[in-house]
Amino acid sequence: MVVLAVGMLIPVGYVVATVLEIGWDALAPLIFRPRVGELLANTVLLLVLGVPATIVLGVGGAWLVERTDLPGRRFFAVLLVAPLAIPAFVSSYGWASAIPSIQGLWGGLLVATLAYYPLVYLPALATMRGLDPALEESARSLGLGSWAVFGRVILPQLRLAILGGGLIVALHLLAEYGAFAFIRFDTFTTAIVVAYQSTFAGSSAAALGVVLATLCLVLLVIEAGARGRSRYARVGSGSPQPAERTRLGRATPLALTALVALGTAATVVPLASVVRWLAASDASAFGEMPGALVQTMLLAGGGAIGAILVALPVAWLTARYPGRLSKALEGPYYVASSLPAIIVALALVTVTLRLVPGLYQTPATVIAAYVIVFLPRALVSLRAGIAQVPESLEEAARSLGSHPIVARVRVTVPLLVPAIAAGGALVALGAANELTATLLLAPTGTRTLATQFWSAASSIDYAGAAPYALLLILLSVPAVALMFTQIRGRAR
Amino acid sequence: MNLTVLGVSKAFGATRVLDDISLDVAQGSRTAIVGASGSGKSTLLRLIAGFAEPDTGHIALGDRPLAAPGTSVPAHRRGIGYVAQDGALFPHLTVAGNIAFGLPRAGRAARVREVMELTALDPALAGRYPHQISGGQQQRVALARALAPRPGIILLDEPFSALDTGLREQTRRAVIDALERTRTTAVLVTHDQDEALSFGHGIGVMVDGRLAQAGSPSAVFDDPETPEIASFLGPAVLLPARRGDGCAECALGTIPVRHDRSNGSRAAVAMVRPAQIDLVTDAPGLNAVVHEVRPMGSLAEVSLLAGSVDGGAAGGAAGSAHPAVITLRVPPHQLGDLRPGSRVAIRVDGGAVLYPSDEADAVDEVTGDITGDESQPAVA
Repeated sequence: MVVLAVGMLIPVGYVVATVLEIGWDALAPLIFRPRVGELLANTVLLLVLGVPATIVLGVGGAWLVERTDLPGRRFFAVLLVAPLAIPAFVSSYGWASAIPSIQGLWGGLLVATLAYYPLVYLPALATMRGLDPALEESARSLGLGSWAVFGRVILPQLRLAILGGGLIVALHLLAEYGAFAFIRFDTFTTAIVVAYQSTFAGSSAAALGVVLATLCLVLLVIEAGARGRSRYARVGSGSPQPAERTRLGRATPLALTALVALGTAATVVPLASVVRWLAASDASAFGEMPGALVQTMLLAGGGAIGAILVALPVAWLTARYPGRLSKALEGPYYVASSLPAIIVALALVTVTLRLVPGLYQTPATVIAAYVIVFLPRALVSLRAGIAQVPESLEEAARSLGSHPIVARVRVTVPLLVPAIAAGGALVALGAANELTATLLLAPTGTRTLATQFWSAASSIDYAGAAPYALLLILLSVPAVALMFTQIRGRAR
Repeated sequence: MNLTVLGVSKAFGATRVLDDISLDVAQGSRTAIVGASGSGKSTLLRLIAGFAEPDTGHIALGDRPLAAPGTSVPAHRRGIGYVAQDGALFPHLTVAGNIAFGLPRAGRAARVREVMELTALDPALAGRYPHQISGGQQQRVALARALAPRPGIILLDEPFSALDTGLREQTRRAVIDALERTRTTAVLVTHDQDEALSFGHGIGVMVDGRLAQAGSPSAVFDDPETPEIASFLGPAVLLPARRGDGCAECALGTIPVRHDRSNGSRAAVAMVRPAQIDLVTDAPGLNAVVHEVRPMGSLAEVSLLAGSVDGGAAGGAAGSAHPAVITLRVPPHQLGDLRPGSRVAIRVDGGAVLYPSDEADAVDEVTGDITGDESQPAVA
């Protein structure tokens, strides 16, 4: 595990080494200048407004479809997760090509919030399914109404899911390139990409990278502090019974309107755009698609498996033995993964070229980048899952003659299948839609769906990009569906 | 197999949880460990099961050492069955899958059927999942699962405490029955005195991490080592007393002493069970006054002020003994026309257990609190 943690630190080491190589005296004037202040303001505003918005949408949506008598809640449960199947840059392309005036901070906020709120919605939904209804019933018997129960009983138990989901959203907002580049909203990441493209690994880009890395670190510290040492294994006998649903009553039309509006903005608008451009495209656009499809699936699948294998021991340690040591071991994972893909990619380019040239521009390096970048998706999912498997089950297995490792494989792992599937699917999804690291690290001639889409769309060939956008969406649907049914099917 | 625990201690940080515990459980017998919550009884069970290691001391099953300083057999090689408080059934496996968990592939189905029959589980439940069966059934499945690999001993950690009363009694009987039929050595941990006293052949009382007393249930109930153990195990009337020659003078009169633990001190505390006490209305020596009569269905609760009646022939003790309030439960037909103010005579069947009384203050303290445990019916 220490080896893994050190491996994860490569990108961080790269940033630090860059700073040392350039030197603070050369770096300071590059950092303290108006352009950086402008980017900082943009990025901080994006976080401060965007993260709470995704939490409100994600938790509110999960509560409506899981814990109320909302009509059509099964349909809405699916509709709410659908944006996960639409890459943020495709969603941005959909909005930008439909309403060209969308741009800047508000455009960025709109697109990013609609694209990323499912990252809170899904863990919130999973946690709500695992909650012990007896706690809510006790609260009701103590005189609390629906709202009070939600605020004082459900919400505190959702803390891990909200913090984990919120952190992922925040890191995405920091790292997103394609979606913001489309609507000309400048963040640190888009500025770094521009700088790197012009000077490869120049010092001004490195300076921006240092500020961005610091920003990521601050986020991690905030989340870790808020998470604390809480453990939420359910105590009590038997397995949970399904909970009574809250009656919405006269609030029903309001809730329905809100969900329809959300579904339209997050799913219908981007899809409609893609379909419109698809009608305008010609057959030649489909020629290279099969190859791109296979390459995308292989790379993304490799990334998912790698990420789960790396995440399992860490998630287990932090969920079961919260303490300084496990936090210290977990730290490098989050720090490394919180760095934007562009920095991870350049770190791996530098390290492979200098130390192991044999790995330069191989699929292994691409997969390593995917693991580093998307590990938090696997970690958060697994950690939440492990926290809900009582330790007494493993003890029971051990008393029946199973070696501790066998007990874990036979009892804990099957119970973690929903968490593993959800985590793995999230990683694969992210990898399939990954753009910057793939562009920099993939062997020459590699064409994934995302890179093909990008090369067409960024040269305003909207019609030529549409088939790839559609395929990216279709490819994501099974992963999203699997993840969703795993969460739904639990304890049924 | 017989279980031997010798000099086992365990601390979590600075907190001493178990202090020099020694315990023998004979092959095929059932022993209950009873204690208040926090007395360390569950920790003891976890040490035996191998989920934690003792700091000092030895644990052995039959001839096989399980834990000794420096060595510890891991839980999965101990051959010890464990039934957790909530059953800890695997939610992803059916009832049959749970029971088969610790079994080798060969002969698995037959053994599952056999153990289900043994624990009085309906074969139709085999395909159900844990959340589809009742709490009592879940506990019986947990027992069946633990019994299936024929362990040398079964440990039960408060297995009935989460069940409601009717189900608890029924499940307890099914469990004892299954253990009896398989002649399985068993250790039960509980905070419920009745459960502990009725479980089987042995009982151990844990107080603050020490095994305060162990023996057969009747011996421990009959002759508790301290007044605290006496009150913990069941309703007890504790009265300040003066030790005489083979007898004790107290508010109930002069009563014989069956066990003298007073170490020869003259000031003592006498313990009798409410069930030993009879109320007589038509005999000489009316040494008590009825204070209150409360009908409670099949029994009535009677409060008496004992030892307060001067002039009565209360064994000559009336002058020296403190008066005391005692509460008894009697069948209504014995009540007669007792009402507040009625005078009655108190007869004690069998003797008292005598404990040393440290100081006069302590005696007064006991005086104010001399009521039987009201949760325990006492038939006079």
